[in-house]
Amino acid sequence: MADPIHQFEITKIATLGHIGGHEIAFTNSALFMAITVVGIWALLMGGSTRRALVPGRLQSIAELSYEFVANTIESTAGKEGMKFFPLVFTLFMFILVANIIGLIPYTFTVTSHIIITAALALLVFITVLVYGFYKNGLGFFRLFVPQGIPIYILPLIVFIEVLSFLSRPISHSVRLFANMLAGHITLKVFASFITLLGGLGIFGIFGATLPLILVVALTALELLVAFLQAYVFAILTCIYLNDAIHPGH
Amino acid sequence: MATNAHTEHPGGGKPQFPPFNKETFASQLVWFAIFFIALYVLISRFAIPRLGGIIEARRGQVEGDLAEANKLKDQSDAALAAYEKSLADARARAQALAGETRDRLNAEAEKSRKALEAQLDIKLVEAEKTIAATKTSAMTNVRGIAVDTAAAIVQQLIGTAPSASAVEAAVADALKR
Repeated sequence: MADPIHQFEITKIATLGHIGGHEIAFTNSALFMAITVVGIWALLMGGSTRRALVPGRLQSIAELSYEFVANTIESTAGKEGMKFFPLVFTLFMFILVANIIGLIPYTFTVTSHIIITAALALLVFITVLVYGFYKNGLGFFRLFVPQGIPIYILPLIVFIEVLSFLSRPISHSVRLFANMLAGHITLKVFASFITLLGGLGIFGIFGATLPLILVVALTALELLVAFLQAYVFAILTCIYLNDAIHPGH
Repeated sequence: MATNAHTEHPGGGKPQFPPFNKETFASQLVWFAIFFIALYVLISRFAIPRLGGIIEARRGQVEGDLAEANKLKDQSDAALAAYEKSLADARARAQALAGETRDRLNAEAEKSRKALEAQLDIKLVEAEKTIAATKTSAMTNVRGIAVDTAAAIVQQLIGTAPSASAVEAAVADALKR
C-alpha cells in the first residue's frame, strides 16, 4: 500500500543558503506557494482585464470572491472592518486556492503543514493585538471583562476570557491544518484500496468499485472542505478583528 | 537522495511525520513570508482597486439607467395624464355645447309654440265672435220669421191682420219663455 504520508513530504528543489544555522531551500512547498500566488493573480487580474459590464466566467468568479469576502467582513466586523479587506481577501484567496490546488493529484498542499497555518493564524493574532492596542489603548482589555457579570465570579470569567483569547491562534491554525491533513490521508487510503483490491483478480475488481465510489464522493467532500476551511478561516479572522475594533462586549 | 535526507530525523534513521519536521520550518516560513507579502501587495494595490472599480462602475451604470428609465416613465405618465385631461376637457366642452344647443332649440320651440298658441287664441276669439254675431243675426231672423208667421197664422185663423206691435210683443213674450 502506498504511504499516505508521502504526499506531505517536503522535497528540496534547490538549496539557497543558511540563515542562523537553518537551511533555506526552494522546495516543493515554495513552488506550490508560487503556483498559488500566480493562480490567484491570473484569476483576479486575468479575469478582469476586459472590465466587462456583463462579466464573463473568470470575471464573475473574481467579482464573486471579491463581493463574498467584502460581505463577510461587513456583516461580522461592520464598515470599520473594511480597512482589513485586503488582508482578509488575501488570506481567503491564498487558503482557498492552495487548498484547491492541493486536491489535484501529484500536487502538494501548502496548507497541510502546521507551520504555514500557524504563520497565518499568528499573522491574524498579531494584527488583532497591534490594532486593538493601537485603536483602543488600554481599553482593549475591556475585551476580557464582559459587562453585567457579578463581581465575585468576574476573576474566573476574566481568566477564561484571557485563556480563550490566547488559544485562538492554536485552534485557528490547527483547524485548517488538521482538516487538510486528514482529508488528504483519507483520500490516499481509499485510493490505495482501489489498486490493492484491483490486483486480486476478477472479484477484486468488483470489490474495488466500492472504494472508487467512496473516493469520488470524498473528492467532492474535500472540495467542499477546501472552500469551507478557507471561509471559516476568513470569517474567524473577521470575528477576531471585530474584537479589536469593538472590544466592549 | 535529497528527499530522504530532508524528511529523516537528524538523529535516528526513523522517518519523521513531515508536517512536524522542524528542519523544513525555516524554509517554509521564508517562502511563505515572501509569497504572502507579494500576494498581499498585488491584491491590495492592483486586484482590489480594479475589481472594486468594475463593481462600482456597474452599480453606477445600473443606477443611472434605472434613474433614466424612471425619468422616462414619469414623462410618459405625465403625457398620459395630459392626454386624459385634454380628452376629459373636450368631452366636457362637447357636453356643454350639446346642452346649450338643446336649451336654445327648446327655447325657440317654446317661443314658436307660444306664438302659435297666441295666434290660435286670436283666431278662436274671432271665430267665437263670428259665431255670436251669426247667432244674433240668426236669432233676429228667427224673430222676424216668427212675427211674420204669427201674423200670417192669425190672419188665416181670424181673417184679420193683427197689428204688427201686438204680434211682436206676443213673439217676444213667447221667446222669453
